[in-house]
Amino acid sequence: MIEVRDIHKSFGEHEVLKGIDATFYKGKTNLIIGQSGSGKTVFLKSLVGLHDIDSGDIDYDGSSLGKLGRKERKKLRTEMGMVFQGNALFDSITIEENVTFALSMFSGMAESERRDRAQFCLERVNLPDVGKKFPAELSGGMQKRVAIARAISMNPKYLFCDEPNSGLDPKTAIVIDKLLQEITEEFGMTTVINTHDMNSVIEIGDHIIFIKNGKKAWQGTGEEILNTDSPEIVDFVYSSELFKRIRK
Amino acid sequence: MGNYMVLLGRTFRKPENAKMYYRAFIRDLELLGLNSLGIVAVISVFVGAVVTIQTAFNLDDPLIPDYYIAIATRESIILEFSPTIISLILAGKVGSNIASTLGSMRVSEQIDALEVMGVNSASYLIGPKIAALIFFNPILIILSMGLGLVGGYLASLGGVMSIEDYTYGLTVDFDAYHITYAVIKTFVFAFLITSISAYFGYYVRGGAIEVGVNATKAVVSSSVAIIVSNYMLTQILLV
Repeated sequence: MIEVRDIHKSFGEHEVLKGIDATFYKGKTNLIIGQSGSGKTVFLKSLVGLHDIDSGDIDYDGSSLGKLGRKERKKLRTEMGMVFQGNALFDSITIEENVTFALSMFSGMAESERRDRAQFCLERVNLPDVGKKFPAELSGGMQKRVAIARAISMNPKYLFCDEPNSGLDPKTAIVIDKLLQEITEEFGMTTVINTHDMNSVIEIGDHIIFIKNGKKAWQGTGEEILNTDSPEIVDFVYSSELFKRIRK
Repeated sequence: MGNYMVLLGRTFRKPENAKMYYRAFIRDLELLGLNSLGIVAVISVFVGAVVTIQTAFNLDDPLIPDYYIAIATRESIILEFSPTIISLILAGKVGSNIASTLGSMRVSEQIDALEVMGVNSASYLIGPKIAALIFFNPILIILSMGLGLVGGYLASLGGVMSIEDYTYGLTVDFDAYHITYAVIKTFVFAFLITSISAYFGYYVRGGAIEVGVNATKAVVSSSVAIIVSNYMLTQILLV
């Protein structure tokens, strides 16, 4: 479980996060939603420590991120996996090397064990035959699945995904959503997903936090979001013609 | 300057896994060192030949023995052309490569991906590059010295002066310390090229345009650093 208490983050004069409190639960797909520019990505990057927050606290199962020393923070990071918006695969090495990168650096596993683990992770994302290829040889959806395989290679306790559906067609996006939901349950991870894709919200949103202008404006489940009267949520969820028609 | 020192501090921390860093070192040795052999060889031979011809043209006096041309060529190449000018050329080739590679990794979030894994990205990405160029730059420069002198020899074959005078001139009053001085300079220049270029690449903010802008800044800044440190090192080591 990850607990966030009153975090603030500014870049120069511009305050992006204005005191957010949130809880992200183990074994559930926790979604952060909000419009572009609302502060979702800064929030997610603050959670993993890529941005140092100005004030507040982020607590990982009892360990406060801000109070951890360099070694402890490093250890915590080996328990995290992250899927980036643009995948962030290392383009000069093969898919197998991408997936085994963290294992090679930290695990002390023999090469054959690392290969087996890579194969397991690639099979788990339904890409058993791409290990020897390079990232540029794969489609966007396949690269996204490789990024997920890399993120779960160290068997993480916490999985973070930044806009995992961006740039994908609706069908592939659903495949990715389902995959994230399945592995969250299977590995008992605390999964936090940044998205503005309403399909994801409805399909896999166990616990949802809505951010507006750097503040938490609403929280609830995928079911609740469709029935809430909160004007901010209604304005966000039913902004598209399709959802307006569905609501009618 | 503060950020540069912070980055160096992060770069020289203990590696997480010596084997992985060694692999990166070997990869960078090829990318930054071996891949520069061709351009260094071509430039050295031709500049050596041109220096010989121009020196011969300017020392065309019956009172000055011809072997002085070879002495002047040798000193120009060993003291200045090979260590400094070749390093400036490497600042362009290697510096832009380092800055644009790291810059692209930054904007495509590959550096963030390393950090989230718990890898010290500065140490893993920059440390092996610094080590590789510090290791290989002296080899390149000594090779450049040899090929520059070969260029002078080829110019002599073309009729600028006799081969005997040229080979005799190369050995007259030769001071081996000049090689030591040149090699010391190459260590410093290699460090400046890699660390300054890495700094500009690592801290890119934005997209493709900013990567290009920072690659240019990397080349300009490391070239200026080479020129200034060349003056300081010459004052310290030769005067």
